[in-house]
Amino acid sequence: MSESLVVPTMAEMLAQGKQPEVLFWVGCAGSFDDRAKKITKAFVRILNRANVPFAVLGTEESCTGDPAKRAGNEFLFQMQAMMNIEVLNAYEAKKIVTACPHCFNTLKNEYPELGGKYEVVHHTEFLKSLLDDGRLTIEGGQFKGKRITFHDPCYLGRANKIYEAPRELIEKLDIELVEMKRSKANGLCCGAGGAQMFKDAEPGNKEVNIERTEDALETKPDIIAAACPFCNTMLTDGIKNKEKETETKVMDIAELIANAQDL
Amino acid sequence: MSYLDNILFAILLIIGFGFFASSVKKIIRNINLGADVNRKDNPKARWKNMAMIALGQSKMVKRPVAGVLHIIIYVGFIIINIELLEIIIDGLFGTHRVFAPYLGPVYDVLIGSFEILALLVLVAVSVFWIRRNIVRLKRFINPDLNGFPKSDANYILYFEVVLMTLFLLMNASDLHLQNVPGGFSHFHKAGSFPVSQFIAPIFNGLSNELVMLLSEIFWWLHITGILIFMNYLYFSKHLHILLAFPNTYFANLNPEGQFDNLESVTKEVKLMMDPNADPFATAPPADENAAHVKFGASDVQDLNWVQLLNAYTCTECGRCTSSCPANQTGKKLSPRKIMMDTRDRLEEVGKNIDTNKGVFIPDNKSLLNDYITPEELWACTSCNACVEECPVNISPLSIIMDMRRYLVMEQSAAPMPLNAMMTNIENNGAPWQYSQQDRLNWKNEN
Repeated sequence: MSESLVVPTMAEMLAQGKQPEVLFWVGCAGSFDDRAKKITKAFVRILNRANVPFAVLGTEESCTGDPAKRAGNEFLFQMQAMMNIEVLNAYEAKKIVTACPHCFNTLKNEYPELGGKYEVVHHTEFLKSLLDDGRLTIEGGQFKGKRITFHDPCYLGRANKIYEAPRELIEKLDIELVEMKRSKANGLCCGAGGAQMFKDAEPGNKEVNIERTEDALETKPDIIAAACPFCNTMLTDGIKNKEKETETKVMDIAELIANAQDL
Repeated sequence: MSYLDNILFAILLIIGFGFFASSVKKIIRNINLGADVNRKDNPKARWKNMAMIALGQSKMVKRPVAGVLHIIIYVGFIIINIELLEIIIDGLFGTHRVFAPYLGPVYDVLIGSFEILALLVLVAVSVFWIRRNIVRLKRFINPDLNGFPKSDANYILYFEVVLMTLFLLMNASDLHLQNVPGGFSHFHKAGSFPVSQFIAPIFNGLSNELVMLLSEIFWWLHITGILIFMNYLYFSKHLHILLAFPNTYFANLNPEGQFDNLESVTKEVKLMMDPNADPFATAPPADENAAHVKFGASDVQDLNWVQLLNAYTCTECGRCTSSCPANQTGKKLSPRKIMMDTRDRLEEVGKNIDTNKGVFIPDNKSLLNDYITPEELWACTSCNACVEECPVNISPLSIIMDMRRYLVMEQSAAPMPLNAMMTNIENNGAPWQYSQQDRLNWKNEN
């Protein structure tokens, strides 16, 4: 289906004298991680279906600096931020959408002070707005009647208090939304944040992602819905560890919506 | 008529409040050892936070059992302390229940509600004691609390039991004398005393003079106990009863996910990226007075004053630690310990300054390593669960981040895999070793 993806770059847009409605910030995971690339493509398929004029930075995009900042390397973070801000400002970017809560948080909260002021939305918020504006319809399709639990990404939920947009989208799929014992403001981290994704855990008696996967499995879900590429990886690993891959899938909300309409 | 009592009482008050004032001064001095940070903006939102979170206890009730019991003790504390006003006036001027004649039935209602609250406080305190010592909730038997902190928590409960009991005994003996047929001395009828009326019969059979003596002893012990308790605060986790208010006022108002951008770094990065900067320019003459700007924090003086206020405010309830993903999975990190360590170190630095006549003499110790180890710091997922949980908006996460900054930017002491991640970002703009030129390849992949 990839041949049908329409993914203009900001450079191409500029060459045609056009400004997209929204800049899709793909992020490192979305660009390079095999699992996350599927999320990226699912999101693009929805954007294409809804005829949203968007563009990506492509090879001009670079890490937001989030993992460097959370690791304590403020220098590297600010260098990345200022380089990205230069590019974004050069294209006069107004609105940015991203499927990664870490990119989202950094762009939204930490870039403005350094000169990068944009309207930044997470893809679940953006999809919700498409839905509200009647530009997108969501049907249950293959997911109708399934049990789905939603894992709140820390950097979407607690960090930015976005709890409802992802849930409202999932509920549109005609499914049964089941909450974990710890959710929303009390949600447990998947274990990847704060640059943990890129290192081994300190000695302990359990991995955080296993603890969280157990929370999710307690709800006996067919699908664990995620809204972050890193949570997705951590929970997918957790499901593998528990040997539940056949019964339980981990899917991003963009994938759920795209697959429901066979996009 | 002898004024001995009144003089003694005045001396007692002066000593009590005098010591307390010197403790408060010390706390303020120590908090001001921290770096400056602007938390005066948006007073409207700040007052609202204070009203909702400290005064209104909105975050306490997220755990309903502890929350409701806490509200009982908190309301009890505030309301019963109204009675303190009368006690102080009585003590200073030798009056007895000075408000009773003026307030009449209102006085009856007031004292009645104090008594009912006192009883409720006794119940709540007992449940708290049981939770700590019999049920042994996980967050209360956590090794963070080994030693004094564990005793401290129990001392506070005992203090409250003693104070409430004395308050009720004081009223009960008073009531007993009020009810002496034909009246006795200055004990006039002052109300119905809904709780102490059930205690008063214990005085039956004792001589009126003895009961009056007992009544005076209870009165004196009660006020002395309150003054001792007030002065105990400085040495105890119980400071939160005062500091919760400023702490919620000065707490961070930004989204929890927003970490501050270090200004000192911004300056250098801007210079680095400025195409007009002359790379061969000689460095500006060093300002002899300018202290080396440390990146991040290795000791309490590197933290900001709000973080230090946080440390004094922490009452070691452990909600942060019980919600911490790292702690739940057996890692050494405990956000509560971060706060306790910060306070302990700050106290140590403060004492150092006291003994050295106002100057801090380096003691070859620091918050980093001597109190908080890198292993704890690196276990944090920055998930903000601790910040969200804290009933008084303390941020252990901000201290963890500042200390990581020191480890990375001053000591290059990040765990190896993180160094690899950072090198990748530096070289190819992604935490993994993929070329930036391949960033859009996904478009054409199946």
